[in-house]
Amino acid sequence: MRLEYPSNVKIIRVPCTGKVDLMHLLRAIQKGADGVYCVGCLEGTCHYNEGNFRCRERVEHARTLLAEVGLEADRVRMYNLSSGEGPTFAAYAKEMTEHIKSLGPNPLGARDKE
Amino acid sequence: MIVAKRKPFEEIKDMLQGYKKVLNVGCGTCVAVCLAGGEKEVSVLNAEVDMARKLADDPIQIDGITVERQCDREYLALLDGKVGDYDAIMSMACGVGIQFLAERFPKTPVFPAVDTSGLAVNQAVGWYEERCRSCQSCVLAWTGGICPVTMCAKGLYNGPCGGTNQGNCEISPDQPCAWFMIYERLRDQGRLDHIKKIKAASDWLDQVPRTLIQPGYQKPEAAEAE
Repeated sequence: MRLEYPSNVKIIRVPCTGKVDLMHLLRAIQKGADGVYCVGCLEGTCHYNEGNFRCRERVEHARTLLAEVGLEADRVRMYNLSSGEGPTFAAYAKEMTEHIKSLGPNPLGARDKE
Repeated sequence: MIVAKRKPFEEIKDMLQGYKKVLNVGCGTCVAVCLAGGEKEVSVLNAEVDMARKLADDPIQIDGITVERQCDREYLALLDGKVGDYDAIMSMACGVGIQFLAERFPKTPVFPAVDTSGLAVNQAVGWYEERCRSCQSCVLAWTGGICPVTMCAKGLYNGPCGGTNQGNCEISPDQPCAWFMIYERLRDQGRLDHIKKIKAASDWLDQVPRTLIQPGYQKPEAAEAE
């Protein structure tokens, strides 16, 4: 399966999406990333029972905080798929990239470059 | 433990308006356990403030530090050399900690980042329920270990009122009537006669700031006062 996905997506591997912390998401945006998304296992299939649910809550929390700050909440998203779904992974990467492009660059990142 | 809730971001932003260099002080005890003002919450708030101010083209330097407790002098002493470098301090401790911090650094404005909500138990991660109003006249011995001051909407020492409705309170069908719970517990323990013990009217003089010196610890304070 030689699938292609947008090269702007940088993957940070974690043992389980339950490891993703609110600060990981916020810090990425604070440092200028245009968007962050978490890809977890399908809901109900977590090996640790609720890792992906914890991640979803943190993603929701991060979205609330970004909205408070004055940024688009939708720069942070959560996706779910099973580990066998390579094509879906590539499709999500493409979807997120197009979505972020429609939002435009992160104003914080643009400021740092000035 | 003392529980608190983070203030709305807009309120915090308002308080910090005009300040360019702020130290956000977390507290590593109660508010850290109730996920309101520990080291992590300091980082989250600082990230938010930093982003909001950058977006408003009014950058701020906001640093974070979390001390073990803000209600003990020895821990606040760790901040002595640092506070002078800042225009203002933000505290994520409970109301007690915030005031003690403000008292130690009277020349620096101190802002609260949380609303202290009370003394609560931990029902699940992140879920807290109030159990005590620290009224200083505990009647738990006669009420089956259920506090009528906290659990009754009217805080009645000698209840119930006429609003008790088949085990629930008149304010909401989801709110159990404290005095009904007390009745049930005492009945199950065979101690129903205790419900008839009348608690005399509370001494509202207790509402002034209270000082507590535990038995055996009188001397150092007495010597200091002289």
